[in-house]
Amino acid sequence: MMPKLNASNAVAALMCAALILLPVYSAATGNIFILTLFTRITIYALAAASLNLIMGYGGMMSFGHAAYLGIGGYAVGILAAEGIGSGFIQWPVALVVSALFALLIGALSLRTRGVYFIMITLAFAQMAYYVASALSRYGGDDGLTVYKRSDFAGLINLSDRNQFYYLCLACLFGGLYLIWRIVNSRFGLVVQGVRSNEQRMQAIGFHANRYRLVCFVIAGTICGLAGALLANNTDFVSPAVMYWTRSGDLMVMVILGGMGSLFGPVVGAIVYLLLEELLSQFTEFSGLILGPVLLLIVLFARGGIMGLLGRMSRG
Amino acid sequence: MADPLLRVDSLVRRYGGITATDNLSMEVIPGELHAIIGPNGAGKTTLISQLTGQVMPNSGTIYFAGRDVTSLPSYTRSRLGLARSFQITSLLKDFSAIDNVALAAQAHDGHSFRFWGNARKERHLRDTARAALERVGLGQRADIVVSQLSHGEQRELELAVALATKPQLLLLDEPMAGLGVTESARMVALLKELRKEVTIVLVEHDMEAVFALADRITVLVYGRVIACDVPDAIRKHEEVKRAYLGEQHAVTRHD
Repeated sequence: MMPKLNASNAVAALMCAALILLPVYSAATGNIFILTLFTRITIYALAAASLNLIMGYGGMMSFGHAAYLGIGGYAVGILAAEGIGSGFIQWPVALVVSALFALLIGALSLRTRGVYFIMITLAFAQMAYYVASALSRYGGDDGLTVYKRSDFAGLINLSDRNQFYYLCLACLFGGLYLIWRIVNSRFGLVVQGVRSNEQRMQAIGFHANRYRLVCFVIAGTICGLAGALLANNTDFVSPAVMYWTRSGDLMVMVILGGMGSLFGPVVGAIVYLLLEELLSQFTEFSGLILGPVLLLIVLFARGGIMGLLGRMSRG
Repeated sequence: MADPLLRVDSLVRRYGGITATDNLSMEVIPGELHAIIGPNGAGKTTLISQLTGQVMPNSGTIYFAGRDVTSLPSYTRSRLGLARSFQITSLLKDFSAIDNVALAAQAHDGHSFRFWGNARKERHLRDTARAALERVGLGQRADIVVSQLSHGEQRELELAVALATKPQLLLLDEPMAGLGVTESARMVALLKELRKEVTIVLVEHDMEAVFALADRITVLVYGRVIACDVPDAIRKHEEVKRAYLGEQHAVTRHD
């Protein structure tokens, strides 16, 4: 099926093109800052996209998604500190540990619904935060410096600005493609059906929670990858990356861009982090402006920016 | 008499001080259309919900196709061939009509831990769904989102979803609720067709429809069976007349 030509698809296509061409622009103008900024943005976009899989498509309002950023990051950081610098070991470990953590908290928290689910995922993420703070061997509160980026045996050099950017972008596009396949698969339809009407799905023969749990684990694993990228990007990982406000940032990106829209979280991450960056140049209180913007989106543009564009193109 | 397809033994379900199902026993024979009637609050929906597993009984046993299903969850019962429609329409509102039905077919076509292929392009699921939609007269409305369908169409879609699970036993909870005269007539005609293929338990307030369709009728009052017989006998049954058909005001209590 060819995607229809409408405003939201056009924006998504333009956005992808701009992201691909960004290093060219950066090299031509000598503006290194924009490349650094957008490296961070693509990483957060991947994390937000994984949250969108459970929140937008699965209806699971997880308020602890930043925990996987920390787990993926600490997997890289701790292994590096112990002298294991190979990315071929670090990254699979980051993914597996994130998946196991998601399996554990998913199995416990998916017994609840609504506000209780939000609170229990928040509680688990905060536990991860305090555990990381207590790891005195690995920097405790102060965090852990990653002295050497993951080594991929000469295949790709993560210390090269452009190569690293393209790696992050490839992970983002790969993640989005995976999510797109999942959403339209048998599995994805079941997960979305459960969001829409759980009782009905049980009545026609689906064990709803089994599907929700697997979805939860997939999302956690993808976010663990974002965590591994983030630790390499900042050469540093600290408990702060798991703090509940960071989970809140991810939720805001998803809601701002559009829940249940494939490219929504990418738009959300770009707009949110750009606004934060721009506003911080003028004021210390960027939240004072970001807050009302989010309020307006939630009140007047259900479905976020992508939803708004979709409605505009339908007239 | 053939072995019953469904047998309910001394079923009890209490809600606080109210006994919604009071030591209820009944049988459904393969191939029959078995109607359940009773005044408001007689416990009809509570009974259906226990049969399909949405509500668990306090005591008693439910046998389906010779198997004790009392403690099985609803998704397992569905897999065994027990399907229900809901009194208050319960569909996936933001999905198209055909998606609703195709998901029901998918639920009975192996597991759904398939992450890659596009489920909307699986030919046999779509064909099954389309056939079920044609069956209930919604063939032209397949791609409409459920929330855009009329109430009557949603009732028909409920039926198509249940049919797509290829049930042995179809539990219909007031399929005529809220329908106009012509829509009701269409539903009765449809049920007359369906009863040739599948055993049906029908909970319904529309007495005309019940007496036109049913092979046997069970009458519930306050969660108890006060009569179970063929329609003609029920019509003449003294206790039923007193309790329900003639003097409804005498027994209707609002819980």
